[in-house]
Amino acid sequence: MKIILTATSPSIDSNIDARFGRGAHLIVVDLDTLEWQAHANPGVGASGGAGSLAAQFAANQGASAVISGDFGPNAFNALQAADIAMYLFGQCITVKEAVEKFKGGQLERVGAPTGQARHSHG
Amino acid sequence: MKIAVASGKGGTGKTTIATSLALSLAAQGSTPPPIFLDCDVEAPNAHIFLRPNMQEEREVGLLIPVVNEEICTHCGKCAEICQYHAIAVLGQKTLVFPQLCHGCGSCTALCPEKAITETPARMGVIERGVARNGIPFARGLLDVGQPMAVPIIRSLKAWMPSAPGQDVVVDCPPGASCPVVAAIRDADYLLLVTEPTPFGLHDLKQAVGIAQDLKIPAGVIVNRVNGDFPDMESFCNNNDLPIHMRIPFARQAAEGIAQGKTLIDIWPDYEATFLAMFHQIANIKK
Repeated sequence: MKIILTATSPSIDSNIDARFGRGAHLIVVDLDTLEWQAHANPGVGASGGAGSLAAQFAANQGASAVISGDFGPNAFNALQAADIAMYLFGQCITVKEAVEKFKGGQLERVGAPTGQARHSHG
Repeated sequence: MKIAVASGKGGTGKTTIATSLALSLAAQGSTPPPIFLDCDVEAPNAHIFLRPNMQEEREVGLLIPVVNEEICTHCGKCAEICQYHAIAVLGQKTLVFPQLCHGCGSCTALCPEKAITETPARMGVIERGVARNGIPFARGLLDVGQPMAVPIIRSLKAWMPSAPGQDVVVDCPPGASCPVVAAIRDADYLLLVTEPTPFGLHDLKQAVGIAQDLKIPAGVIVNRVNGDFPDMESFCNNNDLPIHMRIPFARQAAEGIAQGKTLIDIWPDYEATFLAMFHQIANIKK
């Protein structure tokens, strides 16, 4: 099973990045093999629809769940359409911590967007 | 001549200047009278001063894609072409994000299965009528909650073409982003209304940047002058921006504006000042 976490640096030892759509890096973790890979988040630098872009990346990776701090409406709708579960990292600081807490079923699952839409253009 | 009145910083007096200019031009009695376009479609207020009788209203918006999931093969070509990430293939679903869509029609045209049709999505209205002094008046009004002003502004301008020799005064939105560019675009001259404060100057610089990018000649009106502000003078000097008018800070102005009066209603002598400025601009344009 693959999960994805947003991180501030491209490593499993990194701190969690609280944003999904614009979190700096996406760490893809294979829970079965414990292998991980860091990717630049395609949502960073997008003028709009960052959440949707990050969600598409997650879907293309075949992830079953994503862990972050905040899911805006675009991200939420996109992830839901792709049947990817959304979890909040809660009190965790590092990606490793969040992975452990996820395996222990201790992370809160999200059922609605946690943030407002952000509009960057008119 | 088409003159756009913008600012950068909000609240500097764009509408005050634009309405006063339009009334001054109309008072000359030349036909046809100048057209007035209120392009601040998020919060139009020129009608307070020009008191138009609105005669026509039209809904405006964009054509948004609708995907027929039964025909869609989820090939993803639509998502690839979309510059705004407004359409995405996720799992076995193709999602449209209407608030990101700019209505370009690329996805619809490109779909190999012809699975996409377009449906009009209302974003606001445009209205027109006749204001004081016979001025043809039109404005746009963006629906509350809609994020995109530009389609309304474009529709408004297309709806009100000017006759040869007819002047147009465009009251622009505040700021220096897409709606401002849409309102300013194709103007012959840009009047930038600013106030002599650090905020005013900071935002004026951004507006001047837009004028330079669009290659539209610009000049400045300094409003609410109360003492010296040398930074403003030197910026205008260094950037070849003529300062056409300096309007003093006066409580009487605020009182009058609060009552829906333009500058020329409060001080009739300003009519000659505005006309002189207009002729000065016309000479610059030659």
